Amino acid sequence: MAINKNIDRRWIFLLIFFCVALPLIFIVGLPIETTENARLVHDLVQNTPSGSTVIISFDYDPGSKPELHPMAKAVVKNCFQRDIKIMVTALWPMGVQMAADIFSQLEPEFPDKAYGIDYVNMGYKAGGMVTIQAMGKNFREVFPSDVNGTPIKELPILNGVENYNNISFVCSFSAGDPGIKQWVQIVHDTYGKPVTGGVTGVSAPGILPYVNEQKQLNGLLAGLKGAAEYEFLVKSPGTATAGMDAQSLAHLLIIIFIAIGNINYWRNKKNAANAGGE
Amino acid sequence: MKRKLPLIITFCVGIIIIISEFIPHKPFGQISGELEIWFLIISGFAILLGQLSLLKVNFLKIKFKQKNWPFFVVTLVSFAIMVTVGIFWGTESNHGILGNGEGVASLIGSKPFDYLFNNVYQHLSATMFSLLAFFIASAAYRAFIARTVESNLLLIAAVLVMLGNTSLGSFLTGWLPQSLSFLHLPNIAEFIMKYPNTAGQRAIMIGAGLGLIGSSLRIILGIERSYLGGE
Amino acid sequence: MKKSIFLFFLFSCFFLYSQVGQYIDLDVVDTPNDDGSSLQINWQVSDCDSGNVVLARLADNGEKHVLVKTNNLKRRYEDGTDVQPGVDYTYILSLYGANGEMIEEAAFTATSKAQWFNTNKIALLIWVIILTVGIVYFIFSAKSGKELYIRKISGLESMDESVGRATEMGRPILFVPGILDLDDMQTIAGLTILGQLALKAAEYDAELIVPVCRSMVLSTAKEIVKEAFLKAGRPDAYKPDSVFYLTDDQFGFVAGVDGIIVRDKPAANFFLGAFYAESLILAETGFASGAIQTAGTAMPSQLPFFVAACDYTLIGEELYAASAYLSKEPHQLGSLKGQDLGKAIFVIVLTIGIILEISGISFLKNFLTLH
Repeated sequence: MAINKNIDRRWIFLLIFFCVALPLIFIVGLPIETTENARLVHDLVQNTPSGSTVIISFDYDPGSKPELHPMAKAVVKNCFQRDIKIMVTALWPMGVQMAADIFSQLEPEFPDKAYGIDYVNMGYKAGGMVTIQAMGKNFREVFPSDVNGTPIKELPILNGVENYNNISFVCSFSAGDPGIKQWVQIVHDTYGKPVTGGVTGVSAPGILPYVNEQKQLNGLLAGLKGAAEYEFLVKSPGTATAGMDAQSLAHLLIIIFIAIGNINYWRNKKNAANAGGE
Repeated sequence: MKRKLPLIITFCVGIIIIISEFIPHKPFGQISGELEIWFLIISGFAILLGQLSLLKVNFLKIKFKQKNWPFFVVTLVSFAIMVTVGIFWGTESNHGILGNGEGVASLIGSKPFDYLFNNVYQHLSATMFSLLAFFIASAAYRAFIARTVESNLLLIAAVLVMLGNTSLGSFLTGWLPQSLSFLHLPNIAEFIMKYPNTAGQRAIMIGAGLGLIGSSLRIILGIERSYLGGE
Repeated sequence: MKKSIFLFFLFSCFFLYSQVGQYIDLDVVDTPNDDGSSLQINWQVSDCDSGNVVLARLADNGEKHVLVKTNNLKRRYEDGTDVQPGVDYTYILSLYGANGEMIEEAAFTATSKAQWFNTNKIALLIWVIILTVGIVYFIFSAKSGKELYIRKISGLESMDESVGRATEMGRPILFVPGILDLDDMQTIAGLTILGQLALKAAEYDAELIVPVCRSMVLSTAKEIVKEAFLKAGRPDAYKPDSVFYLTDDQFGFVAGVDGIIVRDKPAANFFLGAFYAESLILAETGFASGAIQTAGTAMPSQLPFFVAACDYTLIGEELYAASAYLSKEPHQLGSLKGQDLGKAIFVIVLTIGIILEISGISFLKNFLTLH
């Protein structure tokens, strides 16, 4: 199906494919500059005292894994480096597997981090906003046991952790609803605790209004760029940094397409004007 | 009565939910949570209806050999495989009726359900999401044409944000001194996203919020009934 | 004697319920604006540089139930475990030195109470009252016969054109009511439009395909389409399988709908409801198939994609207004007028807020902040 007389859209698809695939194989290593939104997330983690407990919610599924997984991994790694204890939750059923994958990837790098002491996976809970609200009263009623069925009393990490008052911040990696918006509305707006996180590039414009003076959101990692910035801030280049070359070239190609589209438009307009004049 | 009863229920539940937002005292404080749980329970039963619909529609298409019928065979076979392996050998943290399927797991590395989930489902899902890259390119090609002053502005903003959101932006303007950091493309992109974009988004959100309130009131007051299947 | 007993009693009470010791300052208060299911315990240890504190709750049988062990000497802890309003709870805070020796112990008894009004939400209540009264007023004034003007919404005006085109071409109409469940108003707004569209499809004898992503939406959509065909006087033309469930999975659903678009080549596509990343995939596939496309969502981040790839787009509030617009009933249109009043109030409050903030007065901002 041609999108106009000159270019078949399948050519566009083919060029995009090469622009994305080739830089992943042959890394160019373009520089990365950090933005304030990414720095805010980083500062929040850096300023959290060691030994504090935080909630990291994996509210995404394999569909958005390429964008959200690298940033989730970078944040978890940073928390481990700072000896921050992590309580993992998931508002999406597949989020549990996403979290498990990250912790298994980080295991060789942090062999001293023990499950139940330094991190715990509470598993998936349906209900979205209702679940977040109920957690404000008491985590134990929402999550009586972890993902493996271990009762909460047997998990040392949760000793004295009852509700949002006992955690330092919530970080949600979110691909939609329920996700970061609901965490902001309950944990920040109702309980006054800092909320931060990351979203896919596509949904970032809708979430950015929450990064405001009231700090409803304490920074935001937007898409692969946000993930790459975080990797840069923690000096741990990963898949997002590698992916930035691909994204850069793909964006450049899109800009070239836009230019071609405009040239075509103006040429057609000129031809039409000439034809009209004759 | 067929119409009146749902309208009465809608009215009562709507009013209770609004009141419960402001009254933490029992029973109001718990009501919205309880009603959400009811909704989840009803949804659980409705899932069965969904599965039956899926099976029926696909089965009929195969039975009458409708156009492209082999596609529907693929759907049903995939459905049957996932359900069967899930029931027989369970998932990562759940037992199946035949136990944990250690024999199969030792052969393929994990339980069959998890194997299919990790190696088929995850990749298919990511592939569908990745299609966005191609579609964004073709949509951008058509959308950003400099026809008017407004579309010119849109075009310029789009190019700046696209460049700023990549390493290319840093590459092109990274050499500028710190005193001119506001001209760095990533900073320009962030400015556009943070101010003009956020202002527009908020305006849409306020309008949509008011529309939501209006629609909700119409439904609670029983003025809007088409969701019940017409007048 | 009596005096000495009284003094002894007073001393005992002080010992038992002391909140200020030599080092420990302990205070337990009811959590404000809640249902009485929690208590807030605040403590501060002074004149002591390091040490550990153990907070425990005294059970009915006199046993200590440890709540938290920490080296944080100034902290607030919220106890929300099995706290009932109106019941006395005694908390004991024990201070231990660096070698584990107990330095001091303090106790405090308090009762939680359920509140009848959440004072944090006064601003929200005022907004709710103003907007509700405004909308309800206009609904009833419209009922009294006042003429109301509503601007043209091209996306909805095009419905006849789309259905007519599908009929002429002998191709189906595709309707997708978003990917969220019935608890989202966008889905309900989409379904109200489905009712009107199904009515037109029944009148024109056009085929309608409605794939849904949620089982609850399936039941409702089926009922709506069936009623519409009945209303059009064509119950025989209704095909129960025209509304069907695909999958709850976001991208599985997209794959299914894209397959329908590519195979069946609908003449008109309607995407009305809540959409996420799949919006552009659906709309671009529809564009490639050459269908006339109408989309509508209140998801701000998805609107640009629909605008770029569809012929008509209902932006945010237009989606919610669609039902009123299509029905042309005065009381439904009245509610739209009420929304406009709300918008005017928002603009006024925003302007005042901006002026006050520039002047360094934060009263309005603080009042409207949800805390």
